[in-house]
Amino acid sequence: MGSSSSSRIPRHVTDETAFGSSRRGSRRVSDTRRLSQREDLPDSRFIYINNPDRTNENYTMAGNKVRTSKYTLISFVPRNLFEQFHRYAYIYFLILVILNQIPQLAVFGRFASLIPLILVLVITAIKDGFEDWGRHRSDNRENNRLALVLDHDGQYTDKKWKHIRVGEMVKVHANETVPCDMVLLGTSDPSGVAYVETLNLDGESNLKSRYARQETSNQHPEVGPLTGLIVCKAPDRNIYEFSAYMELPADSQDIQIPLGQNNIILRGCEVKNTSWVVGVVVYAGRETKAMLNSSGAQSKRSKLEHYMNRETGWLVVFLVVICFVGGLGMGLWVAANYDYLNIILYYKKTSSNGGNYLFAGSVGEGIFGFLSCVIRFQIMIPLSLYISMELVRLGQSYFMIRDTEMYDAASNSKFQCRALNINEDLGQIKYLFSDKTGTLTENKMEFHTASIDGVDYSNTKVVIEPATGKIEGSITPEDSQILTKQAWKPNVGAKVDPDLVHLLTGRPSTAPRRDALFDYMLVLVACNTIVPTRVKKTASGQLEMEAVNSMEDGSGFIEYQGESPDEQALVAAAAAYGFTLLERTSANIVVNVLGEVQRYEVLGIHEFDSVRKCMSVVVECPDGTIKLLVKGADSTVLNLIGPGDDENTAERRESAEQLQWQAEVREQTLKHLDKYAREGLRTLVIASRVLTQKEVEDWHFHYAKASTALHDRVGMLRNAAGLVENNLVLLGASGIEDRLQDGVPETIALLREAGIKVWVLTGDKQETAISIGFSCLLLTQDMQQIIINESTIESCRAAIADAKRKYGILPTQKKRKWFSIKHQNSVEASIPTLNDSHYENSANHEEEMERVHRSLALIIDGNSLVHALSKELEQDLFELATACRVVICCRVAPLQKAGIVSLVKRRAREMTLAVGDGANDVSMIQMADVGVGISGQEGRQAVMASDFALGQFRFLKRLLLVHGHWNYQRLAYMVLYNFYRNAVFVMMLFWFILYSAFSPSSALTDWNLIFFSLLYTAVPTIVVGILDKDLSHKTLLQYPQLYAVGQREETYNQRLFWVTMIDTLWQSLVLFYVPYFVYRVSEVDLYSLGFLFCMAVVIVVNIHLAMDINRWTWIEHAAIWLSTLATFICQLIMDAMTIPDLLPNHWVSFHMCGELRFWFALLLTVILALLPRFCIKILKQRIWPSDVHIAREAEILGHIRHQSQPSLELHELPPSMANSSPPSAAVSV
Amino acid sequence: MNGASTSETGGPVSILKKESRRPKYTKFTQQELPACKPLLTPGWVIAIFLTVGVIFVPIGVVTLLASNSVVQIVQRYDDTCLPANLTTKDAQVSYIQNPSTVKKFTVILNVVKYMKSPVYVYYELDNFYQNHRRYVKSRNDQQLRGQNVTDLSACKPEDRVNGLPITPCGLIAWSLFNDTYAFSIAAQNITVNKTGIAWKSDVDKKFGSSVFPQNFPNNNGSAGAGLIGGAALQTNVSLDMDEDLIVWMRTAALPTFRKLWGRIEQEFQPGTNISVTVQNQYNTYSFGGKKKLILSTTSWLGGKNVFLGTAYLAMGLICIFLAFFFFLIHLRNPRPLGDPSYLSWNRKNNTGEYLRT
Repeated sequence: MGSSSSSRIPRHVTDETAFGSSRRGSRRVSDTRRLSQREDLPDSRFIYINNPDRTNENYTMAGNKVRTSKYTLISFVPRNLFEQFHRYAYIYFLILVILNQIPQLAVFGRFASLIPLILVLVITAIKDGFEDWGRHRSDNRENNRLALVLDHDGQYTDKKWKHIRVGEMVKVHANETVPCDMVLLGTSDPSGVAYVETLNLDGESNLKSRYARQETSNQHPEVGPLTGLIVCKAPDRNIYEFSAYMELPADSQDIQIPLGQNNIILRGCEVKNTSWVVGVVVYAGRETKAMLNSSGAQSKRSKLEHYMNRETGWLVVFLVVICFVGGLGMGLWVAANYDYLNIILYYKKTSSNGGNYLFAGSVGEGIFGFLSCVIRFQIMIPLSLYISMELVRLGQSYFMIRDTEMYDAASNSKFQCRALNINEDLGQIKYLFSDKTGTLTENKMEFHTASIDGVDYSNTKVVIEPATGKIEGSITPEDSQILTKQAWKPNVGAKVDPDLVHLLTGRPSTAPRRDALFDYMLVLVACNTIVPTRVKKTASGQLEMEAVNSMEDGSGFIEYQGESPDEQALVAAAAAYGFTLLERTSANIVVNVLGEVQRYEVLGIHEFDSVRKCMSVVVECPDGTIKLLVKGADSTVLNLIGPGDDENTAERRESAEQLQWQAEVREQTLKHLDKYAREGLRTLVIASRVLTQKEVEDWHFHYAKASTALHDRVGMLRNAAGLVENNLVLLGASGIEDRLQDGVPETIALLREAGIKVWVLTGDKQETAISIGFSCLLLTQDMQQIIINESTIESCRAAIADAKRKYGILPTQKKRKWFSIKHQNSVEASIPTLNDSHYENSANHEEEMERVHRSLALIIDGNSLVHALSKELEQDLFELATACRVVICCRVAPLQKAGIVSLVKRRAREMTLAVGDGANDVSMIQMADVGVGISGQEGRQAVMASDFALGQFRFLKRLLLVHGHWNYQRLAYMVLYNFYRNAVFVMMLFWFILYSAFSPSSALTDWNLIFFSLLYTAVPTIVVGILDKDLSHKTLLQYPQLYAVGQREETYNQRLFWVTMIDTLWQSLVLFYVPYFVYRVSEVDLYSLGFLFCMAVVIVVNIHLAMDINRWTWIEHAAIWLSTLATFICQLIMDAMTIPDLLPNHWVSFHMCGELRFWFALLLTVILALLPRFCIKILKQRIWPSDVHIAREAEILGHIRHQSQPSLELHELPPSMANSSPPSAAVSV
Repeated sequence: MNGASTSETGGPVSILKKESRRPKYTKFTQQELPACKPLLTPGWVIAIFLTVGVIFVPIGVVTLLASNSVVQIVQRYDDTCLPANLTTKDAQVSYIQNPSTVKKFTVILNVVKYMKSPVYVYYELDNFYQNHRRYVKSRNDQQLRGQNVTDLSACKPEDRVNGLPITPCGLIAWSLFNDTYAFSIAAQNITVNKTGIAWKSDVDKKFGSSVFPQNFPNNNGSAGAGLIGGAALQTNVSLDMDEDLIVWMRTAALPTFRKLWGRIEQEFQPGTNISVTVQNQYNTYSFGGKKKLILSTTSWLGGKNVFLGTAYLAMGLICIFLAFFFFLIHLRNPRPLGDPSYLSWNRKNNTGEYLRT
């Protein structure tokens, strides 16, 4: 933004800009005046260059010391505790621990009761502390790095980063990291260019060019310090925007210079290819953009966890119920024996001294009974589950990251798990929203076809590799000679059309309108933001980059650095045609035009913005004419095509022939555009215009004003652009091919078979979108296409209503709600019979038939969406869209993408996943339940905003169908199992208090009570949660329908929860009553029975888990059997010790193990407890097998022939978009 | 992370730092460790049930036999060993709490079956919640071991008398069972061996040989008139010698429990009448607990217990039945294992969206 030349425009133009009239008087006075002038900018800050004292005088600006660590040594304990207790579960347990300290309620030993909470707190604190320690170290390293800062003597001396202040001048050498956000003042390059790599900031590894303003770029350190003032905005976190201006004292008056994004280098960037840069610090420390952006990833909560909390609510109810029973029983028991309490031997209420000893009457004892039951039975609410889940997710992430099948060799990127708490959501996706460019396609642009002056040059069969001089295909020798004779060649090849080459290189007479061809190429070369860098091979064979302006001879490559792959493709193509971009500075463009080096002066650039959808530059050609070069989307640029009615079109009118020609070109170009779009090419329209001197002056006045504006600079620049972007001469169009990524059609087909609705949201043209839809098998010939392409709300409403009527989609606003509720119930109710064919047929039959007969595709464009997404039409659109099998939205703005995702998320209440690769997908990615970023060519914003990041779209199938399925199955099972495990334990304890006069007594020792969920049974849960695998990835990909398990919530739902709870009830009854009956009237003591309970419950829950394990590796074996063994050994150890806490149960286990009765009771308990579950499991597997089970049988018995991926043929393009063949039933697979 | 691209556009940057991030292939990370994937085929199911049945039935038979081989005589005496005029609960309680009366009664036990030596003597209490939380905690194990203890708060309210610490403190010791029995056959006394009735580990580790009862409230009959707990303790007998106390202090798990009182190393022939002189002193009347005297032989499985044998037998039979049941199910419903045509989406072929062959 804002790189204009001041040399050509007379001084007064600059001076008459908005703030230009400040005179130099007393410095103080002029400042105050400035301040009063700028009242509309209250946030702006003033930076006096090389005068940090003055800069920091009136304002509080952050120093450059950064602190990313959260804690200090002193604040660690309170602050970490504070943060941890933000979780309700912890507060619950804290309250219990506090209650337990009340003597009446001291159910556990003081110390023992603290163990679980302390353990959890300490583990988390250690984790947090360790992370923070790392941050401390990196902070320290950062803060103590050295940078060269200009001192009072005008020398650059080393200074620690943390001491750098705003306003100081800093010098940074090549390959050093920039310490703070600085406005560039000068660089080693005479033109003031500097190259930076922003890898640390946004992850983009390509070089970006930044410029020092010409006015300051000669301020070498040798020349001396600079004085001046920079006015800029208060710090903000947008790393892609910077608006400021600089006032420099000049001879008679201050000059104002606009500063933009291109003039600032940000903390964290590395300087490359530039031996040094000098800048003035504008933002330091925590106010730098990098620091402001370093907030962590947003946290989402998974659907499963949401449900889990609902069921936890039920567990709370159970807990309250059993505690109420306990409390009531206690109260009643005390009331019944009230008169004898002093003489019955185990409840002496009066102490020997005569006082009441801890006695609160029958009501009070009842209340205490209730509370102590809560403490006793607290693990009904599984605290350890939260930790287990985190560990399991961590393990799952580990496997996802380490999956070699999700590694992308092309971009050398692994799978990334950025969000740690929504792994299981990947197994439940219903809607997938995909961006097109860079997501479905490679976003490796290749210039494919050109339509110039109404002639289509799409016969691109010759490949030219200028770097090697290699030419594939036939081309005349003299042509090739011209093309390859340059010293500096781009290292990127391109396909060219030999005819066009011939026309360009040939004599003028051969091409009737050679000017148009040249202008066309000029637009390709000049109208972009590509920076050529030169790379030279050194003697050692290493590549070395050089500053562009070293005009020495030699040869090497030119490397085109830029942010837009389209532009790189265009420049590379132009180079292949002989128009090589050699050099770009803020003022000049140097182009090798067919061997002749030409210099174009750049007067202004209007960068691409999403409103104008085009870009233009104003250049002065070597011959002195000033041209506006435009490229942009057809929708806007074609509207700007001439002839208008101002005077200079009169000149053109003199030639009627030319006018005719223009019309013809327009017609032809339109045809070509249509053709390109259907081939799936990205189209751009190329135009230009010769500007008159008057127009230039008029435009430049506004342009300069806009460039220095702090407020609404974008809007002002847009208006300035509007002044000249009209009456254009159409030159032609270009078609850039963006190839589909590997495996996209197969992936989409698989995902759709898996029951995921794939919607494509793209900024492309409708035709391009449709053709891509066909080529990636989203659309098929047999589909009915509903195309909505309206511009008013009424017509939009009508179109939607029409479509709905035509295809019989019922307008069911109220019904819909009922339906969705019912639907949910029916899913839950249908679990055991889900795969019963009767059920399937009767319930789903109609719906299924309808769906087959109506394979609809909705194609809707951005203009219509503006209206369709309004409150009134939202519901209609939703109904229509969800009734369609395919939805393609084209020409959509980033926010509309988010709007669509939000619509589905809100209305359908289904899991949504958005996948995209560019900045325009960020809002969509953040909106969706699961956001997936593709680490592609367009930078890293999408990845930064995403929950998961992939290298290629095709990995989605593995991510969702394989890992998603596994994650969901594992975690869902684990949650249920944890509920069961704790509940069965608590219920077993509960039955016991019915035989202890309702006192919350327990046969198990305190330590066993605490170790049960923390030690005895924790490891197997986690191991199974991480490692169990119901089906192999081959099977899952073979039968994508198996994905529906997660969508239908088959592994975790309320019904299963209740079934599990009934099983829990049975098992707890067995666990208590078998030992009870075995030892009913005997001399058994409390702790011996407790030992039996403890062993029985641990073995039962472990075997329960073992029965459900699908895959036994040595790790599972170890976890389960060693846990059981460890429990036993723990008992022996605890019973052998004679520390006071463990004395009551001394030697108990040894004693019990000597009795056969114990072993028989144990065996009986275990078998009887698990018998019903085992029988039901077998019955279900035999008679109502789930799909997963059948697939598992098939997999184990080897019935699955692992065919290679079904070969999917790309469908040919439809002969006509509107015409569609009658729908047929089967997708050919 | 920073996907340095190797594409042409990435150019030299990527050439300069080339370091593959490809995850290393291991069987573990790819989740392909060699594994056993158990599948419950009909064969396995039937085999499992049969095995369990075949194991359980004999165990059931053997345990039933063992249980039946135990001969025991159970005699409740709390109701008979009272003066006949005490009908109300209050009267019974005040009688039993009166320290001055002598409460000697005679109970005749009739031996029906041959009882081999040794014959164990138990007393059984019922409705006595030795597992009550307040009761279980009311002891101080360190004190019992003979360690110096100052904090006796766990023993409250039986921690101190007039500020002096009680040894052994707590409700458990205070409520020590104090009925006594004297056995005789035809006026000839039978000796009851009262040593070795407690766990050896308890004697050795939990009760100190240097700890003697001190300030024990029951020793001072008038200390809490009307509040008499259980037995008095001989102050010259160290705790580890007092096996009745040790047995008592191993608190019972359930409200109906037996405790070993002694061992008669003598066999009894059928038809023998054993005369027992009972000192009925222990107050179970206030909570309506029964007291029983038991003479029992023992087997390799311990005392008499029909439940275990019955349960094993029943379980074994159920499992054998289930084996047949599942066999029948398999016959009736012979779904071939792993037949993809049973997959839900394949079964709705007639509506046929996804046709697979």
